[in-house]
Amino acid sequence: MEEVVQPKVYLRTCIVLLALLALTWAIAYVDLGPFNLIVALAVAIAKAIVIALFFMHIKGSSRLLHFAAVAGIIWLLFLISLTLGDYITRGWVPLNH
Amino acid sequence: MSTLTLPASEGGARSPSAPFLAQQFDDIEQQRDAAKLGMWIFLATEVLFFGGLFLGGTNTAVLLISSLLMAFAVRAAKLDQRRILTWLLIGTALLGCVFMSIKGVEYHKDYVDHLVPGRHFEWRGADPQNAQLFFWIYFAMTGLHAIHVTVGIGIMLVLALLASLGKFSHGNHNTVEIAGLYWHFVDIVWVFLFPLLYLVGHR
Repeated sequence: MEEVVQPKVYLRTCIVLLALLALTWAIAYVDLGPFNLIVALAVAIAKAIVIALFFMHIKGSSRLLHFAAVAGIIWLLFLISLTLGDYITRGWVPLNH
Repeated sequence: MSTLTLPASEGGARSPSAPFLAQQFDDIEQQRDAAKLGMWIFLATEVLFFGGLFLGGTNTAVLLISSLLMAFAVRAAKLDQRRILTWLLIGTALLGCVFMSIKGVEYHKDYVDHLVPGRHFEWRGADPQNAQLFFWIYFAMTGLHAIHVTVGIGIMLVLALLASLGKFSHGNHNTVEIAGLYWHFVDIVWVFLFPLLYLVGHR
């Protein structure tokens, strides 16, 4: 039999998530310049980690599942970094036609 | 007696209270691990599906609470609580419908305000071309997410029906857990869409 999580763990998880949502909401009304986006993304990443750990039971699951869960994010980083690698460096090297 | 199912306990006839074990697995633990691994690999492909496009508050709360119900549903399935499981799945599907309704009202307002990209797009503010690009991204991302929520609602309703028939009893809760992973993932996608499209875009 797999271990069954206590209800209070799920309730606490949900309260933390709603608190982080309130934080996202509050920060949107403060002008931090470019940091608005960075803070909003940081809070979103925190929420995603909380959901994956407790609702999706990554906490306490096998090492293999940890790898599979992280794999998607690593491939996404490849995707973004290769795209930006092209976009940012355009025009750095002068071409002789 | 199906030839595809083997007793979960070692040897002997399958007792009605033992979980089904498919032929290709050694034991029930391996079967559970394989199902979960398969789902996580699928979710990894979904990260790329949504993430490739990454270049809106009430609804976030609705989805977060639906995730809470889903987590309790998986728990009820593991504890063999058939009625509670059925109602939690229906509740999850209902919150999904609330989410889609709010989204529908928003889409309608965008349509009336000429914010849908295309020939009828109108933007009185600065930089209408970039504004139209933003709304292309907005509709592509929220539309893709809405399709996922709709699929999730369908899955929850089918699972609720199967749960009421007792299909997930006696340790056969794998399906509920896998569907739960999908639902939580759709929730996570919205967690990112909300600040990126709503809070930044409507500044």
